[in-house]
Amino acid sequence: MESIILFAPLVGALLCGFGWKIMGETAAMWVATGLLFLSAILSWVVFLTFDPTAHAGGHYTVSILRWIESGTLSTDWAIRMDRLTAIMLIVITTVSALVHLYSFGYMAHDDNWREGEVYRPRFFAYLSFFTFAMLMLVTADNLVQMFFGWEGVGVASYLLIGFYYRKPSANAAAIKAFVVNRVGDFGFALGIFALFFLVDSVNFADVFAAASTLAETQLTFLWTSWNAAELIAFLLFIGAMGKSAQLILHTWLPDAMEGPTPVSALIHAATMVTAGVFLVCRMSPIMEFAPHATAFITVLGATTAFFAATVGLVQTDIKRVIAYSTCSQLGYMFVAAGVGLYSVAMFHLFTHAFFKAMLFLGAGSVIHAMHHEQDMTNYGGLRKKIPYTFWAMMIGTLAITGVGIPLTGWIGFAGFASKDAVIEGAYAGTQGGYAFWLLVIAALFTSFYSWRLMFLTFFGEARGDRHTHEHAHESPMTMLIPLGVLALGATFAGAIWYSSFFGKTNEVAKFFGTHYATPGTEEAAAFAAANPKASELKYAFDGAPGEGGIYVAPDNHILHEAHYVPTWVKLSPFVAMLLGLGIAIWFYLINPSLPGRLAENQRPLYLFLKNKWYFDELYDAIFVKPAIGIGRVFWRKGDGNVIDGAINGVAMGIVPFFTRLAGRAQSGYIFTYAFWMVVGIAVLITWMSIGGGAE
Amino acid sequence: MVAADLSVILPEILLSVFAMAALLAGVYGGKDRWAPMLVWAASAAMLLIAAFIGLRGAPGAVAFGGMFVDDAFSRFAKIVVLVSAAAVLAMSQDYMQRRGILRFEYPILIVLAAVGMMMMVSAGDLMALYMGLELQSLALYVVASLRRDSAKSTEAGLKYFVLGALSSGLLLYGASLVYGYTGTTLFSGIVQVAGQGDISLGLLFGLVFVIAGLAFKVSAVPFHMWTPDVYEGAPTPVTAFFATAPKVAAMALFARVLHDAFGGAVRDWSQVIALLSVLSMFLGAIAAIGQTNIKRLMAYSSIAHMGYALIGLAAGTALGVQALLVYMAIYVTMNVGTFAFILMMERDGQPVTDINALRMYSRREPARALAMLILLFSLAGVPPMLGFFAKLAVWQAGLDAGLVWLVVASAVASAIGAFYYLRIVFYMYFGEEDGDEVETNTSPVLYAFLMGSAAIMVLGIANMFGVDQAAAAAAAVLVN
Repeated sequence: MESIILFAPLVGALLCGFGWKIMGETAAMWVATGLLFLSAILSWVVFLTFDPTAHAGGHYTVSILRWIESGTLSTDWAIRMDRLTAIMLIVITTVSALVHLYSFGYMAHDDNWREGEVYRPRFFAYLSFFTFAMLMLVTADNLVQMFFGWEGVGVASYLLIGFYYRKPSANAAAIKAFVVNRVGDFGFALGIFALFFLVDSVNFADVFAAASTLAETQLTFLWTSWNAAELIAFLLFIGAMGKSAQLILHTWLPDAMEGPTPVSALIHAATMVTAGVFLVCRMSPIMEFAPHATAFITVLGATTAFFAATVGLVQTDIKRVIAYSTCSQLGYMFVAAGVGLYSVAMFHLFTHAFFKAMLFLGAGSVIHAMHHEQDMTNYGGLRKKIPYTFWAMMIGTLAITGVGIPLTGWIGFAGFASKDAVIEGAYAGTQGGYAFWLLVIAALFTSFYSWRLMFLTFFGEARGDRHTHEHAHESPMTMLIPLGVLALGATFAGAIWYSSFFGKTNEVAKFFGTHYATPGTEEAAAFAAANPKASELKYAFDGAPGEGGIYVAPDNHILHEAHYVPTWVKLSPFVAMLLGLGIAIWFYLINPSLPGRLAENQRPLYLFLKNKWYFDELYDAIFVKPAIGIGRVFWRKGDGNVIDGAINGVAMGIVPFFTRLAGRAQSGYIFTYAFWMVVGIAVLITWMSIGGGAE
Repeated sequence: MVAADLSVILPEILLSVFAMAALLAGVYGGKDRWAPMLVWAASAAMLLIAAFIGLRGAPGAVAFGGMFVDDAFSRFAKIVVLVSAAAVLAMSQDYMQRRGILRFEYPILIVLAAVGMMMMVSAGDLMALYMGLELQSLALYVVASLRRDSAKSTEAGLKYFVLGALSSGLLLYGASLVYGYTGTTLFSGIVQVAGQGDISLGLLFGLVFVIAGLAFKVSAVPFHMWTPDVYEGAPTPVTAFFATAPKVAAMALFARVLHDAFGGAVRDWSQVIALLSVLSMFLGAIAAIGQTNIKRLMAYSSIAHMGYALIGLAAGTALGVQALLVYMAIYVTMNVGTFAFILMMERDGQPVTDINALRMYSRREPARALAMLILLFSLAGVPPMLGFFAKLAVWQAGLDAGLVWLVVASAVASAIGAFYYLRIVFYMYFGEEDGDEVETNTSPVLYAFLMGSAAIMVLGIANMFGVDQAAAAAAAVLVN
């Protein structure tokens, strides 16, 4: 069954991509979509029936084939099935299947293509191929296979961002995404090399078993001695930064919105960009032994969450707002992983996949209705024109801003459960430090820009081209059904799986298939005395590294402590959400002229945010321009003059000269020929008698 | 005693008797009317003899006091010679008959040349060597000028004859020096004298003259000058013959003399061979660029190929000889196919040799153009084709013997040489038509040879049809 989940998308991609000429366009697209739905249904079966306790070590392996056998490097192509994989399977296949379906409507007519050009089977084949690569990534049982999937999704992302290959901006965005990811991949590859160097294996089982030894090993890298676990964790995180668009390596994600909107929903919101979070959780046995590296992850994640939220405040392109929102939410996930709450990081990844995919697909529906107009300043008052889309977006917004009943923990939309969990974890993990405050502020901004998007799009007066507004129409059923399914997820996913991801330690340990220790009677009594209101025992994780889906060190009690943070901490995200909502209502419903005046008053700040903190300009000046300069020197001087010059000189000057010479020597007269033979033998005799082997 | 000797040379005797009988039949029978039949008979006879050689008892016999050697090496060479001669003969029948130059002497001369070549590769003595060489050469002089009414053909024959006489003189002079300094003409005797440390200056002179005489036969630079003129002037089937069987025989003889008679002085002749090799490769590559006549072009191509093959000889090892034999076998196969194509090129029934006439040939004859493309890629040594593996074999042998500079030089030369092969491909696939296009004759025999040869270039990379093993066994006998 696991193999069918993995290979159905690949078969779909191949049949659709190469077979559409035989099957016909529509049939090919249905084949790809149908296979993905099969894959999605099987994934849910696997997820719901997966019982970690039935397998030794909380996971099992499905071997597919021997892959690499070279020296001590021995790698299988195998599926590692544990809770982490199961979660990712349903996220990927569900969103992907829905996006396939959605694309029937969204891609039906496209002005980027000429009459008669066939582009849809190609699009579906790329989508299916992406899904296969992503599944390769999450099912890997070793780092090399994971890297294969990692690069596979990179290729698919490149192809899909640049899908409109006639648009120069799309090509530039595709190249940017690929190049920026290369920086991260370099770090990831170095991390794999370091692991192989120290452990002599790339299989997860061996790597995890050696984690505690790595923590006591020193490794010299760049003329400095490092703790091996810290260094490896850091290098792997650089890979995660690239894929998950964290600060410094985030610049590609907003540009990636050049791709068709279903692509943004699938790749650049729900699945591929969360691969970095998945990597950190997957490598939790190493992360647990690298306190400094995880502290760095926490800080960087919080900073990204804050940074992206500030930029999101002022963007006017509907997709870019959501893109920065994604970037920001990924920061939340990294904070959770950084403080040691891997289950919460996965929780937020899980719920985020539903509501963010939904927001993107909803945005796509709006764009579709508005004839590919993406600027929100040209929207307004669309609520009545496209009611279904409006309600879908509304659910998505309620979910992302975290609406729910405060202090219950779980009664609310999906984002409420998971985001509050992250913020409480951040407080517990950093003792109310930097990360916590940044996340709370980011929650306020999130609420503001999400509601701003809603108000600008669906409320107020119609702005922009009147003709477009008059022809705005609701999307077809193929686009609305996916929205409905995702709405279910965005509403209920948090509440249903709250206790599995963020419940008591023993519940989470059971869910992820690792062991926990029950405290002794004395310990329990001491804890009950100290926390009179506590209703749970202080369980602790007690699994071995590599057991189950995640590894949490026995002395890591953050999950437990996060449940006992002060009440004001638990309320803070809710208050931030209300504040954001209030400001948005004031700015965009009550007093719509205010934002413009504020932007005038605070022009430098506005421009700073509008220009995304000038990251692109900075990189352009530091990296891109010098690289182009160096490239030009090598191209013009090195390649043009030296190499081409030499080759052309030889090929067009020297060789023809000798050719003419040889032609002239071939005079046609016998005496010339005989003369050359005699000269030849004379030279040979002379050479042999003077320099040769004769005595 | 004599009976034992005769049984060793039975294949040569049988083929000679066939030639005599055919001559009698031709003279007293139907003369030229019988020529087509004689062509097929001669072809079949050579194939039969080749099969006979391949299937008869274990090799290793020596006849006439060591003057004639029948070993695995000579058998390998004989089979390649006979099969290629039979192939070329079969290809020539249609062409020559339609041009009215198919005389009954032609197949007989080819058979006699083949007998001479068999003698050459089996020679165990300087006199046997000379006998075989002259039998072959005299037959070739005549077929070169077969078209007596054509000035070019007679010129070719005359040039070949005069220069061939010069080379024979050089060879004989060298042989006399060798005899003078060793006291014997038997290779087994020479090797005993030449194998003891450094050889004397006189013997060295003899060696160099013998090498020069043999270098003429394989058309190595600077003894190559006759080749383009003769190739161009001779009727195309004769050119095809020149480019194949005699080259194999001469190369095998070269290896036999150097290893059997001068096996102890590898260091002395290795550098001479290396020099001839590098000169041949570069001249073959560079001079061919200026050619538009495909027959002249193939002449330079064969000069270059002899240069590559000589790398195997210059290595002076068993691996080198093996590489040489493999190279020659592949070279012959490629050339049979290429000449089958050249024989097809005609316009209004007249042969065409200008490569410009091939412009956009692929549009008219896609299958033939593809086969020719494969052959040209193979000749140029482009990797997936068999021709690359031939080069790879000699390079490996060269590197194994420490001749790095020679291998590097040959790689450079092959890069230059690729130009003129690829230019033909370019004309066939991308050139602009200018109205003077070549037509193709539809002879099924030529078509079969072209396609078969191209197929071998692709399919042979699997295991070379066991030729490399046979060559290894042959080389092991020669070098020990």
